[in-house]
Amino acid sequence: MTIPPLLIIVVTVFGVLGVAAISTILERRLLGFFQDRPGPNRVGPFGLFQVLADAIKMLFKQDWIPPFADKWVFLLAPIIGFLAVLLSFGVIPVTPSWSVAANWNIGLLFVFGMAGLAVYSVVLAGWSSNNKFALLGGMRAAAQMISYEVFMGLSVMGVVMMTGSFSMADIVAAQRHVWFIIPQFLGAVIFLLAGIAETHRLPFDLPEGENELGAGFHTEYSGMKFGMFFLAEYAGVALTSALIATLYLGGWSGPLLPPVMWFVLKVAFLICFFILLRAALPRPRYDQLMAFGWKVLLPLSLLNILVTGAVLLLRAGA
Amino acid sequence: MLGIIRTIWLTFLHLFHRNETVQYPEVKPYLSPRYRGRIVLTRDPGGEERCVACNLCAAACPVDCISLQKGEKEGRWYPEFFQINFSRCIFCGFCEEACPTYAIQLTPDFEMSEYVRQNLVYEKEDLLISGPGKVPDYSFYNVSGLKIPGKDKGEAENEAKPIDIHALMP
Repeated sequence: MTIPPLLIIVVTVFGVLGVAAISTILERRLLGFFQDRPGPNRVGPFGLFQVLADAIKMLFKQDWIPPFADKWVFLLAPIIGFLAVLLSFGVIPVTPSWSVAANWNIGLLFVFGMAGLAVYSVVLAGWSSNNKFALLGGMRAAAQMISYEVFMGLSVMGVVMMTGSFSMADIVAAQRHVWFIIPQFLGAVIFLLAGIAETHRLPFDLPEGENELGAGFHTEYSGMKFGMFFLAEYAGVALTSALIATLYLGGWSGPLLPPVMWFVLKVAFLICFFILLRAALPRPRYDQLMAFGWKVLLPLSLLNILVTGAVLLLRAGA
Repeated sequence: MLGIIRTIWLTFLHLFHRNETVQYPEVKPYLSPRYRGRIVLTRDPGGEERCVACNLCAAACPVDCISLQKGEKEGRWYPEFFQINFSRCIFCGFCEEACPTYAIQLTPDFEMSEYVRQNLVYEKEDLLISGPGKVPDYSFYNVSGLKIPGKDKGEAENEAKPIDIHALMP
């Protein structure tokens, strides 16, 4: 059975948008429960229409471009960020037959390329706002992403070495016997941390810097342009969850249930875990975050590659 | 590192704790009668206004939100107008403390939001209630020595007859 690619693309786009929208209400409800309060529960059954209310609010808010901003770059920045996240979803295999380009032999590299593009969105947003606080937020985001993307890439090399391929479909297929979270536990933890930093999630949401009572790189953004940053963050959470599920938790594979259910379950579990992290942990200081990245996580990820390589060589030699 | 994992675990356990939230508009909180909420003007048991427009409440008010004008009717003082600007009021209760006639009282009602700021200025007709409030039996003119129609000097409760200082008897 072949599904027309156009259908897959359209459904994937709307699926990601839907997941991002539902994540907003899920996050608020779960944070409420973690803090012993019910969270938004007034609008509709279980507060589900809160998504709709938020969407209406965001669409009808005044969409303002400051006169001192660089207009075209200012407009372009959120679009770049959102597209980068959206495009990355193309290489994620949802099920064996349902994905845009899971068999692409540079799938994982493409994800990192898109993650690299997302930095532009943040930096351009900070720069084009022509505002000191936005610029500082953008710079912090850039510095954070530079330091975290290095070992984000290195941490998955273990998986790539064990699979022998960058293709996401091959990576899932290679986990038929054992999920990579067991042989690659260190890599999984490092990738999780880097993924949090990559999506500016708490506790690593330094770009937003509420310390200076500004919203960081999107200080000057309003209405739907802010909404795109907002949705891109939640889509990024979904993307990171999907990546972790694919790379380390066996993707769509699992007993009894159909593959799509397993994929959804794993992603949902990881999204909830991200929200739990947000509720539990305080934000580290900026230099602490960078020092942790460069001095601890980078050597650990290199060590991970070294050990994985040594073990693979020993096995091949034996 | 262990501390971080422990924090995450303990936060996760909060998923199974009970909510502390009071569902406010449906579940009203109990507020004691001496709660300092919306201010009212009360009447004495006879149904007359208690306020004698002495201005002590306005003088005691730290934010100057009370303004009133004295009027006089058959020997009794009463406020011609009485305004409280609730957008200024800090609900400190000093006016209630200062009032010699128990006229001004603070009640447990705190639901007084408005969409227009000007609507928070309450006039006398908004403030004056029909009952005696927290002090049901007190009537200022019945205990004060003031002479009003129907009550001469010395006829008030617990009041001795006035002494005739020109008489020679002890």
